[in-house]
Amino acid sequence: MALLDVTNLSIRFGGLLAVDDFELHIEKGELYGLIGPNGAGKTTVFNMLTGVYKPTTGIIKLDGKDITGHKTTEINKDGIARTFQNIRLFDQMSVIDNVKVGLHNHYKYSSISGILKLPGSRRVEKEIDEKAMELLGVFGMQNVRDELSTNLPYGQQRKLEIARALATEPKLLLLDEPAAGMNPNETKELMDTIAFIREKFGITILLIEHDMKLVSGICEKLTVLNFGRILAQGATKEVLSNPEVIKAYLGNE
Amino acid sequence: MSKTKTLSKTGRDHLITYGMVIIIYIVVEILLHAGLINNQMQGLLVPVCYYSVCAVALNLCVGILGELSLGHAGFMCVGAFASAIWSYQMQSTSMPAGLRFFIAFLIGIAAAMIIGVIIGIPVLRLNGDYLAIVTLAFGEIIKNLNSALFLGIDSKGIHLSLKSAIYLNLEDGVDPIVNGAQGIAGTPRDANFTIAVIVLLISLFIVQNLIDSRDGRAIMAIRDNRIAAEATGINVTKYKMLAFVISAGIAGAAGVLYSHNISTLVSQSQYFGYNVSILILVYVVLGGIGNMRGSVIATAILYILPELLRGLNKYRMFVYSIVLIVMMLLNWAPAAVMFRKKLFARFRKNEGTAEGGRKNGTA
Repeated sequence: MALLDVTNLSIRFGGLLAVDDFELHIEKGELYGLIGPNGAGKTTVFNMLTGVYKPTTGIIKLDGKDITGHKTTEINKDGIARTFQNIRLFDQMSVIDNVKVGLHNHYKYSSISGILKLPGSRRVEKEIDEKAMELLGVFGMQNVRDELSTNLPYGQQRKLEIARALATEPKLLLLDEPAAGMNPNETKELMDTIAFIREKFGITILLIEHDMKLVSGICEKLTVLNFGRILAQGATKEVLSNPEVIKAYLGNE
Repeated sequence: MSKTKTLSKTGRDHLITYGMVIIIYIVVEILLHAGLINNQMQGLLVPVCYYSVCAVALNLCVGILGELSLGHAGFMCVGAFASAIWSYQMQSTSMPAGLRFFIAFLIGIAAAMIIGVIIGIPVLRLNGDYLAIVTLAFGEIIKNLNSALFLGIDSKGIHLSLKSAIYLNLEDGVDPIVNGAQGIAGTPRDANFTIAVIVLLISLFIVQNLIDSRDGRAIMAIRDNRIAAEATGINVTKYKMLAFVISAGIAGAAGVLYSHNISTLVSQSQYFGYNVSILILVYVVLGGIGNMRGSVIATAILYILPELLRGLNKYRMFVYSIVLIVMMLLNWAPAAVMFRKKLFARFRKNEGTAEGGRKNGTA
């Protein structure tokens, strides 16, 4: 059974059929790419998967559980975490607090305990602090823990978003253009990080990306969207050599 | 290494706040005993405390939750009336004054929190300016309802009316407690400076610990980016409500101090209207949005200042306004902030880590 099963997914905004009859099957542990020209509906698919938009038709199953129409908060608890195309950090909070927010649903104590600083809350806070430092360590960001997240350089902001998403212990991680705005060196580093976290956390990853080097470098399977419809789907190599894909998206070289 | 350093940093920050309040309290007590504070200034001590408490409550709402409320005087009003009714009714019994006042606090806070929930349900569906205007409207409704309220208690129970005392149908010899626009006359004056300072310390303790806790981070996450907070699994409705209701409850505690510091409690604009809400907002903004210690300092200065300026007669409010503008500019104009930062940097070279989690006052 696949980890993510999406069948017959479509969404209509007024007269516009933004995504039509979309299908996606991702096995546990896969690194899957979703590509296509601008405006093809990739982020719209992400927004449906995370409950931001309610699909007009279709079923989304995560690990066999129907999560169609669940709210964003619930879907995160169900096991899908994401990053955003335009970075969305908690910008007036410190770097480590951003990660700690991600740990919210896994390390708990009561409000009263927190307000009175009872021993129970202190103990859990210590665990939260250790866990958050561990996650920051994965991205080599332990030394900026007390910076305001808004003051970080762009590449680190992207990494922090991934760290925060990982903190929620997702089964499936959605990355929306993780390499956008990065130089080739940073992109290379990001590729290594993605491969590393997949290894370390045993996580399944679905990513949207325009950087073909990254896509062909790490994605095992691809789905190409064009005008809201699936143009091609399958193993990366085959999809990228598909003449229709080259015509619609990659262009002749 | 760096972990223990920063943990003690926020801890130290809180201790400075508590220490500041306690030191000021001790100094004022010494001056009082030495007879150096005149009657008129003595009368300001408790009000400074309850407005500080209310400013801390409002700062929780504005600085941490990130929602502008213009109705906090309304929560004060609820706390004031609910507790005053209790104290008025119980003062003829043999209950010790200390216990009576303590229960008055519980009642005032609970009443304000309940109203906080009722108002929060519609209000927290809105954002920004819209939320501010609706809280303003609710604040006015509370104030006006209270000034039209008649309430009496006899052997048959509680009687309520919004028309006049006659409609209460009270038994012979029983006077109404709340008498419409005339309010409540003859509540016991249980509040004093010491109790007021203790309430202020407890409010600071609650709010600062809340900010540092798991719940506080969730609340600030919603403030900073609601969409990301949802995607990170934060229950937005729950935490917005939590912050709003705690804020209302603390404002209610300020109201309890208020009503037990005067003998006649009336619900009029000058005491509970939106102008009072805005006055408290001024304290919050000047002290720094999200900065609890700043709220207390700003309240103390801005509340006492007009009294010190009494000698200027009709120019008093003019001078007060100028001082307000100058203070605001010196504190929060970007150039002034830069200058201050440079100055600080020269004093201590290794300064520079950001204060995590607090919203900048420049926002």
